[in-house]
Amino acid sequence: MGKDAFEITLNIVKMILIFLVMVQLVPVLVWAERRVSGFMQNRFGPNRIGPLGLMQLLADAVKFLFKEPFFPAKGVAAMYHAAPVMALIPGALALAAIPLSSAVIVEPFQWLGREFGPYTFLAQGYDFGVGIVMVLGISSLGAYSLLMAGWGSSNKYSLLGAVRASAQMISYELALGLSLVGILMIYGTFSFQEMINQQLGQALHFNALGKEVVISWLPNWGIFYNPLGALIFFCATFAESNRLPFDLPEAEGELVAGFHTEYGGFALLMFYIGEYGHMMVASALVTVFYLGGYTMPFYEITPAYVQQAWFGGMHPNWASLLTGVVFALVMLVKVMLLLWVFIWVRWTLPRFRYDHLMDLGWKTMLPWALFNTILTAAWIAFSWR
Amino acid sequence: MSSLLALLIFVAFLAAFGIFIIVGTSALGPKPEVSKAKAMPYESGVVGTEQKDSRMSVKFYLTAILFILFDIEIIFMYPWAITFMDFVKSGQGMYMLGGMGVFVLLFVVGLIWEVKSKALDWN
Repeated sequence: MGKDAFEITLNIVKMILIFLVMVQLVPVLVWAERRVSGFMQNRFGPNRIGPLGLMQLLADAVKFLFKEPFFPAKGVAAMYHAAPVMALIPGALALAAIPLSSAVIVEPFQWLGREFGPYTFLAQGYDFGVGIVMVLGISSLGAYSLLMAGWGSSNKYSLLGAVRASAQMISYELALGLSLVGILMIYGTFSFQEMINQQLGQALHFNALGKEVVISWLPNWGIFYNPLGALIFFCATFAESNRLPFDLPEAEGELVAGFHTEYGGFALLMFYIGEYGHMMVASALVTVFYLGGYTMPFYEITPAYVQQAWFGGMHPNWASLLTGVVFALVMLVKVMLLLWVFIWVRWTLPRFRYDHLMDLGWKTMLPWALFNTILTAAWIAFSWR
Repeated sequence: MSSLLALLIFVAFLAAFGIFIIVGTSALGPKPEVSKAKAMPYESGVVGTEQKDSRMSVKFYLTAILFILFDIEIIFMYPWAITFMDFVKSGQGMYMLGGMGVFVLLFVVGLIWEVKSKALDWN
């Protein structure tokens, strides 16, 4: 097998693994969301099937498979059926571009009498070196699936929900894109791996008024350099993934169920996979940009340190693999905490009115993101380490 | 190049996965006679009047056009943003700041004009 063929196969296997993890996390998240909603509204939520009701969504998924296929009489068949398939793609592609753990380095070894290695396995589906630009481009494709669903259903509620959704998504994409300019100036790179490396293994340090400031009990994370940008970015991701308080596309009081009114069964579930995929991508992006990616808050504990001190007695290949697992778990915990915030906000803030929503995006968040950019640029130009 | 090919194959895999599920559920599910009322657009009991080419407020198209203008301006800031630190370190920070300042000023003027012209008001 040639080197290229090996790399292609490896990348595909990694991407499919990441996709499967994403799909497997969706039932857990839906379960968590329903349980937390129940808890916050003083009721139980699903608790019958399996321990703590954990099997509920698996049972639902099997049930969805056996639902009657439905197609609305006036619908446009190609768009109606393609929309849920299209919903899967952006989330999975964007998640595959984000490094989820430290690289696993395999030294040359012998197995079944043949020589293997050395290999370096990045915990990332693909890497073009343009990182965030690629992810922003891909995740904007999410608007297409909503529009196709709305148009294909030929229902005025679906269409209105879809058009609202796309207008909202593109409006908040401006604030989203602009809020990242500040942090990109600080990192000076598009590559996620580089950003994580810059946040890895050192205390918070910067220049203020010509003096070097080191805060030894805080890690070198992006959120401390650019808190305003982090806030705007995180808020904009709520609108991007159509979550409350920005879930106007599916405001059930006005639009029945928005763009997926005419859908049922597994097609509906695929829209949910897309939505939760967007939330995971958003949480992973916030983690990589502002919360140090897979690095630990105790910044002395770097992957190299863990491999040396925790798994030092083992064969280096196994030690490297276990280190990768440890840091993947750190990443997972951070992403899960952010996803919990998504659910928490859902029951804390009421839904916006549509004109307020657009005003917030264009007239509040966009100017603040611009202010953040100018502030960061001035700070870098006048006082930097 | 190889990672681009892998990406294309992955997209094909995702599409195949989705199509497999859509086709699979249509094969597995029951197929009763769909009555005319059931296939109508979902409405609260009355007969829906919509056509395939329902009309939408032109506001949405305006928003889309404005988005394209501003998004391109923001994308132009990205290459500047990642090289800015290097220029500051090599002593050309003020030049780069001034250059971008003009561009951002145009952006701000555009945004103010847009708000003034009520292109963003929804009522």
